[in-house]
Amino acid sequence: MTITEKILARASGRSSVSPGDVVVARVDRVMMHDVGAPGVWEVFQELRSRGVDVSRLFNPAMVWMTEDHFVPPPDAKSAENLRIMERMADMYGISEYYRFGMGTYGVCHTLAYEEALVLPGQVYVGTDSHTVTSGALGAFATGMGHTDVAYILLHGKNWFRVPETILFRLRGELRDGVMAKDVILRVLGDIGADGANYMAMEFAGDGVASMPIEERMTITNMTVEAGAKNGIMAPDARVVEYYREKGKEVQVIASDPDAEYRDAHDYELPRIVPMVAKPHSPANAVELSEVEGTEIDEAYLGSCTGGKYHDMAAAARVLKRAGRRARARLVVVPSSTNVYRRMLREGLIDVFMDAGAVIGPPTCGACIGGHMGVLGPDEVAISSTNRNFPGRMGHRTSKVYLASPASVAASAVEGRIADPRRFLG
Amino acid sequence: MAEAGGASLRFRGRVHKLGDNVDTDQIIPAPYLKDLSPENLAAHVLEGADPSFPRRIRPGDIVLGGRNFGSGSSREHAPMALRYAGVRVVMALSFARIFYRNAVDGGHLIPVIVTEEAYRGIGDGDEVEVDLESSIVRDLTAGAEYPVERFPRLIARIVQAGGIFSVGDLSSLEA
Repeated sequence: MTITEKILARASGRSSVSPGDVVVARVDRVMMHDVGAPGVWEVFQELRSRGVDVSRLFNPAMVWMTEDHFVPPPDAKSAENLRIMERMADMYGISEYYRFGMGTYGVCHTLAYEEALVLPGQVYVGTDSHTVTSGALGAFATGMGHTDVAYILLHGKNWFRVPETILFRLRGELRDGVMAKDVILRVLGDIGADGANYMAMEFAGDGVASMPIEERMTITNMTVEAGAKNGIMAPDARVVEYYREKGKEVQVIASDPDAEYRDAHDYELPRIVPMVAKPHSPANAVELSEVEGTEIDEAYLGSCTGGKYHDMAAAARVLKRAGRRARARLVVVPSSTNVYRRMLREGLIDVFMDAGAVIGPPTCGACIGGHMGVLGPDEVAISSTNRNFPGRMGHRTSKVYLASPASVAASAVEGRIADPRRFLG
Repeated sequence: MAEAGGASLRFRGRVHKLGDNVDTDQIIPAPYLKDLSPENLAAHVLEGADPSFPRRIRPGDIVLGGRNFGSGSSREHAPMALRYAGVRVVMALSFARIFYRNAVDGGHLIPVIVTEEAYRGIGDGDEVEVDLESSIVRDLTAGAEYPVERFPRLIARIVQAGGIFSVGDLSSLEA
């Protein structure tokens, strides 16, 4: 069996499962944020009106919540949704609740890693499509809507169709100035926006082992842009050590040598070059050189995809080497307070501000067109985020090019799309 | 969440034809996610694809998408927005996973998979009848009919019940 099949078999109490099987699996961990939780609340109210007991959850300890999409609240409606979360936390005894302005908080997928909220081998469901990110740590992690999450909160389980798995073997190491983002954009360009619809995308090989965990997360994060149910990597020594430092012993599950895959693809990492996804699809990927020189209004660094510490460090390194002010508007939104703090401690905030950047508080921000740098009519941005659908980051006539944090920094410096390797050589 | 569904298996309505990869940001842009009220969601449905859409859509209308309809975010607000605008059936060449699951488990919409031939043949504004009993869509305007994909047993059960909370014992879904 593949790692995905093994996790679903264990969680459904079976000795084995095969793609296409429909199983009812226990869920180990559930996440809600400020867009999902109010929906769950509404489902609960509707059930209550039908006489269903919603006074307690299956297991409050399996639940964690963070405020991330519309925080700090840009308007009263957003603030009202946070009040709903507060009420749910009180009412149901949800103690792992990360709130802005009250210590540690941030974008859910970054926090899930930094605070070790999800463990290898777990079945993890969140009210967010990018929940797949946590697959980099060896969890079966997938996003669902608020009705399905409400069901899990009350019953501790849900139905799953065991996905077929596509295997991606990554070999060698990335060259300087090339990042995991370039790898996943390349993969998305190859398989398309629905190339893994309903499937698992498993990444293996020494190329995975060569990457820091945060880089691996960039890869699993964007598997949903190919429609994948989950992205997954078997935990290696680095992951085990990470959890050990956090005081958690974890069990390692890996795919069997004779596991069956729908398909397999090989990528030589030294041959990957900086990539860009042109408007309006993450799968609309080309080598950066094809669009080099395209003028931009904004360079945006942030989100669960490109706002982690490693992303900020890679971007700052390019800015430092360039040693001059950015020609485009540069918006930097760390994806958690942990990232922000480390940027301060290590002098990255100075590097960004010297380049002219504005630094926002942790939030999903402009990645979802929420706030903190939303685009106006016809504006063009290069962004380290995950989606460039029409209107995603603002006005429906705005255009977003997705790229690595290093490429975003290089482009900010030039005021046009630029290759980061120019500054690193 | 749904009222008890499954009463009717025939749906007649006017078609709004869309292209491939209609994502959830187009179906309901993120700034409108803050307010779950039917009025708010219906008022902005598919606004990201075409700002005139909320004014043009009428109860009973049927949406026809191309490949990968509903790709992107897990926001259940997307199928809810269509439902609150009065749409019950969405047809497409294929659906993105989370949108499909939300439509079915939330009891919001009936997602129907059509063939390339049907997608090409059915025009924007055509009057169609979707007959789920015989798994056929009839284009009443063009006088043509096409087969549609039958629901897998699991999906048929949940659609009939009207959503996951109405299914009863989940283990009966296992296969």
